[in-house]
Amino acid sequence: MSETPPAAGAEIEVRGLHKSFGDNEVLRGIDLEIGRGEVVCVIGPSGSGKSTLLRCVNLLEEPTKGQVFVGGTELTDPDVDIDAVRRRIGMVFQQFNLFPHLTVTRNLTLPQRRVLGRDKAEAARVAAENLARVGLSEKADAYPASLSGGQQQRVAIARSLSMGPEVMLFDEPTSALDPELVGDVLAVMRMLADEGMTMMVVTHEMTFAREVADRVVFMDGGVIVEQGDPAQVIGNPAHERTRHFLSRLLDPAMAEVEEGTPEQPAKSD
Amino acid sequence: MTASDVRLQPRKKGLTRTQKRTLSRGAQYVVFVAAVIAFAVSADWGRLKNQFAQWSIAKQMFPDVITLALKNTVLYTLSGFVVGLVLGMVIALMRLSSVGPYRWLAGIYIEIFRGLPALLIFIFIGVAVPLAFPGTEIVGGTYGKVALALGLVAAAYMAETIRAGIQAVPKGQLEAARSLGFSPARAMISIVIPQAFRIILPPLTNELVLLFKDSSLVLFLGVTLEERELSKYGRDLASTTANSTPILVAGLCYLLVTIPLGFVVRRMEAKAQEAVK
Ligand SMILES: Nc1ncnc2c1ncn2[C@@H]1O[C@H](COP(=O)(O)OP(=O)(O)O)[C@@H](O)[C@H]1O
Ligand SMILES: [Mg+2]
Repeated sequence: MSETPPAAGAEIEVRGLHKSFGDNEVLRGIDLEIGRGEVVCVIGPSGSGKSTLLRCVNLLEEPTKGQVFVGGTELTDPDVDIDAVRRRIGMVFQQFNLFPHLTVTRNLTLPQRRVLGRDKAEAARVAAENLARVGLSEKADAYPASLSGGQQQRVAIARSLSMGPEVMLFDEPTSALDPELVGDVLAVMRMLADEGMTMMVVTHEMTFAREVADRVVFMDGGVIVEQGDPAQVIGNPAHERTRHFLSRLLDPAMAEVEEGTPEQPAKSD
Repeated sequence: MTASDVRLQPRKKGLTRTQKRTLSRGAQYVVFVAAVIAFAVSADWGRLKNQFAQWSIAKQMFPDVITLALKNTVLYTLSGFVVGLVLGMVIALMRLSSVGPYRWLAGIYIEIFRGLPALLIFIFIGVAVPLAFPGTEIVGGTYGKVALALGLVAAAYMAETIRAGIQAVPKGQLEAARSLGFSPARAMISIVIPQAFRIILPPLTNELVLLFKDSSLVLFLGVTLEERELSKYGRDLASTTANSTPILVAGLCYLLVTIPLGFVVRRMEAKAQEAVK
């Protein structure tokens, strides 16, 4: 498959990616490179294929066509040990997906022990370290159900970090949160960005994208419409579709007039 | 409801709703009391007591009815439950497999064993297996046969319960596990199945109650004196004493176990309901 090696310095590389669900072609040829330590925010209307693209990057979805490289390994190579590659890719979901039957600490230690084979003491040490990083050391023995959404999402981030990933993927990490809890999660993500983590973030938080991202990618209809410097893409988009999307995002009332439904992501269910 | 309450109700034509409800409930009580009286008067209590409640006969059943009969009932039930659980788990996983033939085989198994009376399966294990494989003994003698027969029946029901439990675990759980690097099998064992079992604990306990009663079918396997469980023990004693008191005592022993278990199930269900809210 890999006629050409991945671009030098690219931590994530997506080439000619297509993905269909039945007759529904959701991704129609995506090419994207994300350099080491780069933070890329992916924006676009709901249904444009942002989640699908992100899920193709760790092969939660199997691409129909095209190649995906992470850290120089081709994930789309049929012979690749996908479980081994996934250990290097952290994924944070909109709905947190903490393991509800385990305490916060066990959520962090179980994957380390089962997947990485770390011993108990080492796993506990790494877990405590990462809980401290997200500011939740005092919740070590709590069960996820007793935490607020914002706390759960920070635990989920700490769980991913405990595996020592080289890349972190975020799929609308704050869309299911009450507005007053969004800030804590974004602060943790900002910290990771400052530490040099390679991040691909699907988000509707334009302030975060503007301030933290190195690059913003605007998707619509399964293709990348435009990408570039955040200030430029958000502040002065080149394409009409981007402008249209941003105006609706910033003024949900307009969207209702236009389409009958606000473009804002749905609150948690 | 007091008379003054009634007066406070606005007067509509006919009775108010509350009055109608009170009247209807009153009528139900009258019917109930009448039925009880009719039953109590018409039944021949003296003969019933003679036949079912001979204290001297009941006394001579102890301690065997507990140390032998109830103990065997519990043993048969638990061994059947374990076999059913293991087999049921395998069948549930086959049913969820992406391999077609596994799904079909599991489906056929479930249809057959849910469709047959447990009694026929006991007779089959007791008669057909020794005929078909002469010389071979099922491991564990009678205990093995019972565990197998009860397990085969229970597995069909448990497989469906376990499958439903696994499917009730949100898809995001498996995705989170896979994205952390868990293999499919590891994710299933460490993450999905523990959550599924929490969900299906009440129906599994119900299955235990059903097995407890079905263990009486051991009757049809031909058992030695030491292998008798509650039903067989009660029936044997009833025929030697020509009195039915042993049946009553055996029945009470079943209830001694099934009523508390039923209580536990309802408690678990209520708690699960609360957790959903
Ligand atoms: N598992 C799936 N099966 C079928 N269709 C899907 C599946 N996942 C996503 N889709 C479809 O793909 C399209 C893009 O979805 P998604 O990637 O979630 O968009 P976004 O994240 O930008 O809102 C939608 O039309 C959605 O219905
Ligand atoms: Mg999405």
